[in-house]
Amino acid sequence: MLLLQEAAAAGAHPLSGSIAEWIWLVPVFPLIGFLINGLLSLRTAAHIGPKDPTAHHAHHDHAHDDAHGHADGHGHDHPAVHPYAGIASLVGPAVLFASFALTAAIFLALSGAHAETPFIKTLFSWMPAGNLAINAAFQVDQLSMVMTMVITGVGSLIHVFSVGYMKEDPGYPRYFAYLNLFVFFMLVLVLGANYPMLFVGWEGVGLCSYLLIGFWFSEKANADAGKKAFIVNRIGDFGFLVAMFLLFSNLGALDFAGVNATASQLSPLVVTAICLFMFLGCAGKSAQIPLYVWLPDAMAGPTPVSALIHAATMVTAGVYLVARSSVLFSMSPVASLTVAFVGAITALFAATIGLKQWDIKKVLAYSTVSQLGYMFIGVGVGAYAAGVFHLVTHAFFKALLFLGSGSVIYAMHQAYHHTGNHDDAQDMRNMGGLRQFMPVTFALMWIATLAIAGIPPFAGFFSKDEILGAVFARTHGSTLADATWLGIPGSALLYAIYAIGLVSALLTAIYMTRMMLYTFHGPNRTGDKERSHLREAPWVMTGPLAVLGVLSLAGGWLNLPTFFPAGPVQALHHWLEPVTGAAALRITNGAEAHLEHSTEYILVGLAIAIAVIGITIAVTRLKPAALVSKSQSPASEGIERVLEHKYFVDEAYDAAVVQPLVGVSRTVLWKGMDVGLIDGLMVNGSSYLARGIGWVGARLQSGQVGTYAWVLIIGVLGVLGAFTLR
Amino acid sequence: MMVAEALALSAVLFTIGVVGVLTRRNAIIIFMCVELMLNAVNLSFVAFSRMYGATGQVFVVFVMTVAAAEAAVGLAIIISIFRHRQTVDLKNINLLKG
Amino acid sequence: MSDFFYRVHFYLFGLIAIASALAFVTRKSPVAAALWLVNTMFSLAAIYVMMDAHFIGAIQVLVYAGAIMVVFLFVVMLLNLGHPDELSDIKGTWGKLGAGLLGLAILAQVMAMARSQAPKELIQPVGEAAKSLRDLNAVGVIAKPLFSEHLLAFELTSILLLVAIVGAVVLGKRRST
Repeated sequence: MLLLQEAAAAGAHPLSGSIAEWIWLVPVFPLIGFLINGLLSLRTAAHIGPKDPTAHHAHHDHAHDDAHGHADGHGHDHPAVHPYAGIASLVGPAVLFASFALTAAIFLALSGAHAETPFIKTLFSWMPAGNLAINAAFQVDQLSMVMTMVITGVGSLIHVFSVGYMKEDPGYPRYFAYLNLFVFFMLVLVLGANYPMLFVGWEGVGLCSYLLIGFWFSEKANADAGKKAFIVNRIGDFGFLVAMFLLFSNLGALDFAGVNATASQLSPLVVTAICLFMFLGCAGKSAQIPLYVWLPDAMAGPTPVSALIHAATMVTAGVYLVARSSVLFSMSPVASLTVAFVGAITALFAATIGLKQWDIKKVLAYSTVSQLGYMFIGVGVGAYAAGVFHLVTHAFFKALLFLGSGSVIYAMHQAYHHTGNHDDAQDMRNMGGLRQFMPVTFALMWIATLAIAGIPPFAGFFSKDEILGAVFARTHGSTLADATWLGIPGSALLYAIYAIGLVSALLTAIYMTRMMLYTFHGPNRTGDKERSHLREAPWVMTGPLAVLGVLSLAGGWLNLPTFFPAGPVQALHHWLEPVTGAAALRITNGAEAHLEHSTEYILVGLAIAIAVIGITIAVTRLKPAALVSKSQSPASEGIERVLEHKYFVDEAYDAAVVQPLVGVSRTVLWKGMDVGLIDGLMVNGSSYLARGIGWVGARLQSGQVGTYAWVLIIGVLGVLGAFTLR
Repeated sequence: MMVAEALALSAVLFTIGVVGVLTRRNAIIIFMCVELMLNAVNLSFVAFSRMYGATGQVFVVFVMTVAAAEAAVGLAIIISIFRHRQTVDLKNINLLKG
Repeated sequence: MSDFFYRVHFYLFGLIAIASALAFVTRKSPVAAALWLVNTMFSLAAIYVMMDAHFIGAIQVLVYAGAIMVVFLFVVMLLNLGHPDELSDIKGTWGKLGAGLLGLAILAQVMAMARSQAPKELIQPVGEAAKSLRDLNAVGVIAKPLFSEHLLAFELTSILLLVAIVGAVVLGKRRST
């Protein structure tokens, strides 16, 4: 806060006049791409659209129909490539590369400038209303630039992958239009210098998520999945909006600088309320309990979309919001503990569901939910840098996993397409032994699997260990440990969170290894005719995979642990210090959260042991050879059935929320309000009123000018009387 | 300057015109009552012009123009109605009743 | 002395105007009513002249009494309306009482409004009207503002009159079936 005033007094920001002035171009590039691709798509919308897939796909269950499911509706015809595919595949990734290049330049400028305060580029006054003054402004600081680097970098790779993956889709330019629009809104979200700007991006990415989940909207399940995501997110957005209202009514400011500078005026109760409402928004966007249900269904969208939106970027917006509001969250231990605890429960819960899913994308979806829970543990316990670190590494390895699964699904579809088979191309029971057909994908996905399982030296090990270490370090001597949460002492809760984190890590290792075993190892179950058509994906798809593989391998170097003997120790931690450092220090009572090196070694050893045990359990207990293809599999029973049906949460929500809502809508809103009140009183009532007035008016209208003159004179008297008696 | 007295005279004449409009049924006489009311207003304009300058008299000219136009159109209407109904009694004329 | 003369002049013609107006509204015959109205207009013309509005007084006689009222009488004669018995004026005590009360209310109202204070800065000094009458003569007093600041309104009245003429011709024309 002091720093802010000093900067204002000093005048010019070190970044003013530098390339950071062009920050607004970063989101504008994807917007241009959206406009071009959108126009291309509109030009052809009249005669090219998604073909009706129901004829051949009626037997598929929901949310899986992927890649070329529509093209193969043709039987053996060669799928039509969109007439504008050339322009779209040039423009779509090119705008992302332009954004990435500019971001990298600004990133370098920022790291050279050693800016302690954010650089704010104000574009125009957006909402000047009374004492509410909101500018359309972009904020360049360490946090927003990390996010922007991830979004444009990973986004570029996924755009390139999409060129190969979607090339035969009839809605090709439309796909790139949505994807570019998504990147635009995502950049607005992370670059916006105030909460309303963030909210615009927040809603915009929600819209694009809806559009892309329902990209193949001609199949009802996909459209329903899109709607589900949209509606569940609205619940969270309500919380975010209330948090903004509370901020404005208590502080009168909505820009980050203003809020952070005046946050100390807030009473503890108000700041807790703000944080909890804000976290409700995060739970919606980042798929945490109880609002996680939309994310697994969101896998109905194209796989690159799952990689970009539902793994790497959009779903991490909640983590970003908590990190961005770290000043507020650090003032409320209760809210922070809530964040951490919900994150931990979500991590465990989703990991158990992931154990028993057969759809390769569903496994990854629950894995994403689980890893997001990890990030919330990190930002919840005040280790904001650790949470953001995990966000970054997760973006690398989860994008790699999703794109790898996309590559697998692509190969499966191609194989099925050749033989006209309409089996499920996403079910792992139909895969197996793919290692020999697609070695590149196989190797890269193992890298990502080891990363997510937490095996050193892959990226996930460092970030996950950082979070768990942070939880352990805060069990003593932090504001969180001293607080009580629903009657539970904070330190006990933190120990529980740590334990849950370890168990989730174990489960993560198990289900990821299970996925790899069933997909790539053992005998092939695709089918004898199809087997000869299984091929590795083209270079345009494996290329991005390779880049992500390198990042998954080396991403840990961004933030090496303190005990590490060499290299840039804690680089990301120091990098983010101007943004989240003060808040993190408040959580730890002003001292750096430090563990003894001996303790730290024990914790790291434990984490590695857990990961190795998990992988070992999976390898020894699971028998890929015993699996039969999906159509011949018996229905599972007992606890397995519960897990396969995701604890019946969707069914429970349906019974507890949806059905009562429908019932209330039907009886109270429809029969009572609409028919009774609106139709009865309002509509018919107003017609009766009009008819009554008309009856009186008809009596008045005698046609006698004399009568009119009387009325006129009385009226004149009334008007003049109003003047004189005033 | 007799302005107050002139205004009072104007008010009285205006009221007589109003009462005439209210009580008479002969369309032509009602028209003449309206002319009387216009005259009363003219008187007040002239009285005011003694206080505020000649603009009031200019307005009198305009009022007379409007009165002349109104008389021409109004009497044409009365003639037209009389041709159809053979009366100018307002009691028997209720064309305004749609 | 001259003030006294003015006062007598005003009250004399004022009373004549009121009396003629009362006679006008109470006559059954339209012809008689029109003639009483002409009498009211003449007395008003006299008052106008007394109030230094010579030109207005003149056109009051020429246009109002001379032209407009003659048109009225002409129509009365043309339609042969000189038979008062076929007209049904408002009858009954209630009607007349109501009309009288409403008239009194209007009178009180207008009187009350006439007492309201005018902005002082608008009031021109005493004798200004007479002075401008001397300087600009009777016609110039009106002509100068009429053809300068009110020129647009003046031009618009010519259009109004044109419309009125056309309208009167159209309405008065005998429809050919």
